[in-house]
Amino acid sequence: METYSLLREFADSWMLLALFTFFVVVVLWVLFRPGSKKTYEDVANIPFRHEDKPAPERDS
Amino acid sequence: MGNYIKLLVYGVIAVLAAIAANYARDLAYMVNALMVMVIGMVLFIITLRSTGNAQPALEPNPETEYMDGPVRVGVILTAFWAVVGFLVGVTIAFQLAFPALNFEWAQGYLNFGRLRPLHTSAVIFAFGGTGLITTSFYVVQRTSAARLWGGNLAWFVFWGYQIVILLAASGYVLGATQSKEYAEPEWYVDWWLTIVWVAYLLVFVGTLMKRKEPHIYVANWFYLSFILTIAMLHIVNNLSIPVSMFGSKSVQVFSGVQDAMTQWWYGHNAVGFFLTAGFLGMMYYFVPKQAERPVFSYKLSIIHFWALIFIYIWAGPHHLHYTALPDWASTLGMVFSIVLWMPSWGGMINGLMTLSGAWDKLRTDPIIRMMVISVGFYGMSTFEGPMMSIRAVNSLSHYTDWTIGHVHSGALGWNGMITFGALYFLTPRLWNRERLYSLSLVSWHFWLATIGIILYAASMWVTGIMEGLMWREVDANGFLVNSFADTVAAKFPMYVVRGTGGLLYLTGGVIMCYNLWMTVRRSPAVEATNHVVPAE
Repeated sequence: METYSLLREFADSWMLLALFTFFVVVVLWVLFRPGSKKTYEDVANIPFRHEDKPAPERDS
Repeated sequence: MGNYIKLLVYGVIAVLAAIAANYARDLAYMVNALMVMVIGMVLFIITLRSTGNAQPALEPNPETEYMDGPVRVGVILTAFWAVVGFLVGVTIAFQLAFPALNFEWAQGYLNFGRLRPLHTSAVIFAFGGTGLITTSFYVVQRTSAARLWGGNLAWFVFWGYQIVILLAASGYVLGATQSKEYAEPEWYVDWWLTIVWVAYLLVFVGTLMKRKEPHIYVANWFYLSFILTIAMLHIVNNLSIPVSMFGSKSVQVFSGVQDAMTQWWYGHNAVGFFLTAGFLGMMYYFVPKQAERPVFSYKLSIIHFWALIFIYIWAGPHHLHYTALPDWASTLGMVFSIVLWMPSWGGMINGLMTLSGAWDKLRTDPIIRMMVISVGFYGMSTFEGPMMSIRAVNSLSHYTDWTIGHVHSGALGWNGMITFGALYFLTPRLWNRERLYSLSLVSWHFWLATIGIILYAASMWVTGIMEGLMWREVDANGFLVNSFADTVAAKFPMYVVRGTGGLLYLTGGVIMCYNLWMTVRRSPAVEATNHVVPAE
């Protein structure tokens, strides 16, 4: 089989399936991970924390 | 010791550039080599003058402070390139309306064909690119709570990118181009940009690596995807072999439809990752900051990110409907473009709804108004784009001015307005001012820009659809009714309206520069909050 046909067939089948699955899992993970609501509420406030200075060394 | 190595490097660069200028095979190459020589000499002298002053210097890069030097220079240069880019745009708009403006004495240098790539590169890469580098340096520090990584490497990235702009711009006017849309710079500029871009990636990722916040804020995801993808696109699309070490001409490695597909894979993802992902990074930081409330839904912002990343990269072939490209490829591009509509609108809703509960700010704060209309234009052009990518619509719209109108509603509306908003946000903070010099001037800018965009987009819709219909009009015997020159003549009034819209937009940009300048010069300074406690 020539390279083009081989790659084309692979791209149309397994690679497509793998990418699609990965994408769906990411979406489900974002939407339904337990405890994610609290985490995201916290990280959404990152822009309001360190306006003027970097965080000091120990506070991490 | 470091200075001696620097002196050596600058000296060698200046000498090599002088040799290259001497052997140059064309004018553009010679001028660019001379520019490099001058830059090398200037850096040599500056370094020489600061060498040997043995004074116990302060730590130049204290970890307790943010590195805002490049951000400050970046704000100034972004505003400067905005006005330059808009000015060239207005010039070529009127050159199309009044061909006499292609002056006889400037033929071959300042005619439409030479100025058009100068305009596109000036607004996309000089204005947009400088704005992206500047804001990304600001945002990544604030959201990582860490100083930029790499010390003066950030300065190298910043000035290195400006050198790219200068070499590219002077090259265009003198005729050095590889004729790839939005990738016109010749091989040596491409090589230099690759070096600068790798350094940019290092600074950005280095800062993320030493962040103090455990989570990487979503704006940085967008910035990082922009940096990574542009690196990949730039290298693949610019695979070319120079004809001579001493000439600007190079030959592309791909040819025919492969070259076309690579070009539009690059071209559309330059739109997707440079003009969309990068500027979304701005949106996800500056809109919440200016509205003083966190983003509407952080979950939605993450889904927005992954959906864009997964889908955008496939949309390029919709630029090549009805060409030698196989049907399946252009259908793929079309389908993915339409799918892209959903995440784009998810992002728009996320940006707009960030104001829920603070809608009254629209009345009082012209900066938030600017950001909101920018997000609105993001939504509009991401609706128009998928529609135009449908093959049937494209058969009418392709090669007409409708495309130009679409690009400008995205570029002037979305990219321009969000960047103006970011500049208005940054200037008082970077120069430690209480507020902007004048909010009413911001309002003036807002209305001039908005009316300018409306004139521009509306006239281009009319002229584009008219032109498309005239091209396909046939009489009862199947002969074409209109010659090409007929369509050009019919477009004249809309060309004038378009130029006027551009003029309004340019005026708004000049007002912004004045306002920012006066903010730095005249606005009252913020009173220092960290008073030194007197010893008792």
